[in-house]
Amino acid sequence: MILFAAAQLLPGDVGRAILGPFAAQEAVDQLNEELGTNRSIIVQYGDWIGGVLQGDLGESYAFNRPVGDILWPALRNSAKLALLALLVVVPVAVVGGVAAALKEGRARDRIISLGGLSATAIPEFVWAVLGIMVFGLWLDVLPVTAQAPPGSDFLTQVKYLLLPALCLVFVLFGYIARMARAGTVEALDADYTRTAVLKGLPRRTVIRRHVLRNSLLPTIAVVATQVGYLFGGLVAIELIFNYNGIGQLIYRAAQRQDFPLLLSASLVVGVVYLVATLIADVLYSLLNPRIRLASSES
Amino acid sequence: MSTPEEQLVLAEHPVPEAPPEKRDEARLARRERLRLLARSKTFLVGAFLLGVFAFCAILGPAVVPYDPFGAPADLLDKLQPPSTEHFFGTDQLGRDVFSRVVVGARDILAVSLAATLLGAVLGTALGLVTGYFRGVVDEVLMRIVDAFLAIPLVILATVALVALGPSKGTLIVVIGIVFAPIIARTVRAAVLSERGLEYVEAARLRNERAPYIMFAEILPNVTAPIVVEFTVRLGYAIFAIATLTFLGFGVQPPSPDWGLQIKENYVILNSGYWWPTLFPALAIATLVVGVNLIADGLTHAFEQ
Repeated sequence: MILFAAAQLLPGDVGRAILGPFAAQEAVDQLNEELGTNRSIIVQYGDWIGGVLQGDLGESYAFNRPVGDILWPALRNSAKLALLALLVVVPVAVVGGVAAALKEGRARDRIISLGGLSATAIPEFVWAVLGIMVFGLWLDVLPVTAQAPPGSDFLTQVKYLLLPALCLVFVLFGYIARMARAGTVEALDADYTRTAVLKGLPRRTVIRRHVLRNSLLPTIAVVATQVGYLFGGLVAIELIFNYNGIGQLIYRAAQRQDFPLLLSASLVVGVVYLVATLIADVLYSLLNPRIRLASSES
Repeated sequence: MSTPEEQLVLAEHPVPEAPPEKRDEARLARRERLRLLARSKTFLVGAFLLGVFAFCAILGPAVVPYDPFGAPADLLDKLQPPSTEHFFGTDQLGRDVFSRVVVGARDILAVSLAATLLGAVLGTALGLVTGYFRGVVDEVLMRIVDAFLAIPLVILATVALVALGPSKGTLIVVIGIVFAPIIARTVRAAVLSERGLEYVEAARLRNERAPYIMFAEILPNVTAPIVVEFTVRLGYAIFAIATLTFLGFGVQPPSPDWGLQIKENYVILNSGYWWPTLFPALAIATLVVGVNLIADGLTHAFEQ
């Protein structure tokens, strides 16, 4: 809704944008008539929502093709990149966060916490250009574009995606490590951990069976909130590495005032975010018997 | 045992004869916080970094060795690698990268400060009102925050900036408005824990008006979380503004803004010209890390 309203504020004339500044006014009017962009805002919105409910996302103005045809490949590309980044960052960040929490307040904790904070604060396009310099230019070990040649096998694709994924790892590490650390600190402090230590369990077992399980709960939630960003917020990364993901699609759609594409892409990002949150909730209750029991009682 | 500095402070500001207890307590707490800040290494390092960039922003244009906007003659020595003559080398138009990086601090600092300030003022007002009155407005605001959080900031800002046209002013307004509900949520949480306290009750019984209670009674007591939130948001603002400028939605050429410099130069990275990209990138990285260190220091000091 918000995006639709915002999109309507976009100045200019869709027909004019497509045909260019030198087209005759009659031609522009005619194209607007065909596209339906000369109707009132509310009618257009109703039309679009009606289409979406029937699985029809409309026709892209700028690419002159059904939105779905452009959107799904981009979504698949974004999913690949997001998945690779998460696969790397989640274990690393969880280990980092737990390691920091076990030495709370000491040097190791400060280094991991402040390092994570700093890495997270630096915009991903800065990481991207630094990464290209180090790995692409000086070490010359990784390709500087993310789009593998068509038809390449799985490993080649991973190789091409490694550098952008690495940038995301830097950006996400801080968030996830911070949550893992906070969760672990809290779990270490809890009565059940004390009990476990007092009944003579070895430290290893206490941490694995009692602390880790509880400390991972908040981590799941924060990973879920970052999924929306991973799917749609990567405009800069996708631009630098020339990768056709959702972010770049939205960027181009906004520039060309391609409303159906812009709206559908944003809608997809919103839906992905909702689904991720839902999955996180389900995982949460699977890992946490307290929530499971509470909801079955009510 | 008090340090010499403290004795000095005490000598300069003798405690009033019969101090109102509350004010005295508040002042002690404030002094304690400042003492913690002065001892916090993260805060000091962050403050130093921010100070350097503030210096660049204010005095930069007067002290840089070359004109950051360049002259036609510069074209003759374009893309020179770093040397003693040009510390950071020269870019595609022969402009001195060092001068451009120093002067570039001005735009990003001004825009991000203005945007965060706008967001903080709007957000504080919203947070006070919703936290104090609760009810429907509160519900609506929280839903708006949820909606904002579901869509990545970069996308929201991209759409808004395409709609309103890229410029510094638009950037400030867009970031400010996106931040306002998020800051409002922090302020609201602080207000919720204050509104049940006795001094608010007393003011209400004195028949004070609601705006007076909100802004004169509650506001001074929730400044700590607002200050922390402000610095945290400032970090995010720099992040967002640098990214948006990089995408071409912020200040326009020939401004020496860092994001813009990277945008103009990253395409020639592959040809081996790394210096026009590296130094603005390092500048952005240093600035955001500095601001985040300050935020971290403040958080620790205020949580004591």
